[in-house]
Amino acid sequence: MAGFYLFAAAVLLLPWLGIDPYFITVVGVAAGLHIILAVGLNLLMGYAGQISLGHAAFFAIGAYASAILTTRYAWPGLLALAAGLVLAGSIAWLLARPILRLHGHYLAMATLGFGVIAHVIMVQASGWTGGPDGLGGIPPLNLFGWVVDSDTRWYAVMAAATLLALWLSLNIIDSRIGRALRAVRGSEFAAQIMGIDTARAKTQVFVVSALFAAFAGSLFAHQQSFVSPDSFNLAISVELVTMVVIGGMASTFGAAFGAIALTLLREGLVVFEDYEMLIHGALLMVVMIILPQGLFVGIGQGLRRVLALVLSRQP
Amino acid sequence: MNSAADACAPLLTVSGLEQSFGGVMALAGIDFQVPAGLIYAVIGPNGAGKTTLFNALCGFCQPAAGSIRLDGRELLGQPPYRIAAAGVARTFQNLQLFFNMSVRENVMVGAHLRAHTGLLAAALRLPRVRAEEDRLRAWADDALTLCDLSAWAERPAAVLPYGLMKRVEIARALAAQPRLLLLDEPAAGLNDTETLDLRELITRIRASGVTILLVEHHMPLVMSIADRLLVLDYGCVLAEGSPAVIQADPRVIAAYLGGAESCLDVE
Repeated sequence: MAGFYLFAAAVLLLPWLGIDPYFITVVGVAAGLHIILAVGLNLLMGYAGQISLGHAAFFAIGAYASAILTTRYAWPGLLALAAGLVLAGSIAWLLARPILRLHGHYLAMATLGFGVIAHVIMVQASGWTGGPDGLGGIPPLNLFGWVVDSDTRWYAVMAAATLLALWLSLNIIDSRIGRALRAVRGSEFAAQIMGIDTARAKTQVFVVSALFAAFAGSLFAHQQSFVSPDSFNLAISVELVTMVVIGGMASTFGAAFGAIALTLLREGLVVFEDYEMLIHGALLMVVMIILPQGLFVGIGQGLRRVLALVLSRQP
Repeated sequence: MNSAADACAPLLTVSGLEQSFGGVMALAGIDFQVPAGLIYAVIGPNGAGKTTLFNALCGFCQPAAGSIRLDGRELLGQPPYRIAAAGVARTFQNLQLFFNMSVRENVMVGAHLRAHTGLLAAALRLPRVRAEEDRLRAWADDALTLCDLSAWAERPAAVLPYGLMKRVEIARALAAQPRLLLLDEPAAGLNDTETLDLRELITRIRASGVTILLVEHHMPLVMSIADRLLVLDYGCVLAEGSPAVIQADPRVIAAYLGGAESCLDVE
């Protein structure tokens, strides 16, 4: 848990370091959102070894649940958020059994298909979603009377949400449930022999992962006050996978690191807007070739090796 | 007849077990009983059906006919995780360690069924979860101590030498506190010293009250520790009895290299 406290301290200190407030609030909030998404996806991909190329769909379910329920039905934000979680969790649960029976390429294709279907619904069901034009006028989030209507307040909310996601993820992984998930990745055969109901374990982690994404989606909808299908297309799903892979699979902080790195990269690449995907793709290839274990994990291992070498040279 | 075999009620009763793979009868109606508290070895030439038998016992393949009863309870047709819950644990001929975890975590997975923490409690790290984690860790450390692996507990399972990896598999299976332990060629790939250590370990496990079903090609090891043996050939039971009876059985000798007696000797 040392890493968690270190991360919490960094999040708390960041606004006081005299960095450009735009950077802290806008980029910081985006990074927090991506961390929640990446950490959730990492539970499924990194730890349990199951790929999802349609994760933006769960992000969208949370976002649209909040957008539709608060604008069209005037639901309170927190209730809409809860509804989004229930909806995303239920869909994930229904999908999990048939979909997670598949392995490798087949699972990738099935989740990809799910993402595409979700995107088509967002575009076509315009009576609900507003279609390609999206849905605006989402009211700010009201947390028991405290209205989140400024960049600083969003930073605080997103910081708390991010820390919550990290805490939950770390707790799950370092537990009986987390070891069962890692066992599924290590050897599904042996996991079953050890008494783990692997179908159930995979279903659970798929649902948890969907809940993380839907949670992020609800926050996103309120923070942007506008949602449209462009925020939840295939490119976003691929970007989420990239965050997990670049940071280092099967490491909660690795996923967080990947999320921060890609957020900063996106910010830095604004000028090259049209080439963003190109650069993402190239980055993914280079990292996979040079540091297949991911930047965060790979650099960590490298530092440890250098440290060990330096220490061993001491007389 | 071994006197211990008479005294104990059978823990495992296998009857009429049949399994075919595309016309090949891997198991052609196997019957045998494993008395509780013994080391029961299954031997036979390659392709005799030993591995198929093990896979059937742990639920990994579903035989077409027959019955597998553990203490009277039918296991046939149950998924592997339920068979594990009934008290059957196993090791694998080709290692099936969780290479993405430490040695201790591997063994803690072995104790999965002895704990009850659910997803929500784990995510919130409730106080009882912490207490259960401590218990799981202690159980794992007991199994590691029994297998002389304490020094390796923190290491990633993937960096261990081969002989120790095989031991981790045994420790992982023991952490489940099984009633029946299936050991699938535990001596394969071990050197002489490691084989001697293994023999001593298996004897210790029997002493702790666990019934052991052993598939092994290393005849000196089998003959020196098995209380009873089952000899399979072409999916059928060729012979069954104490090591002395088996070693003297002409059909067994014939099945092994067409009569080369030396391969059944204890040395």
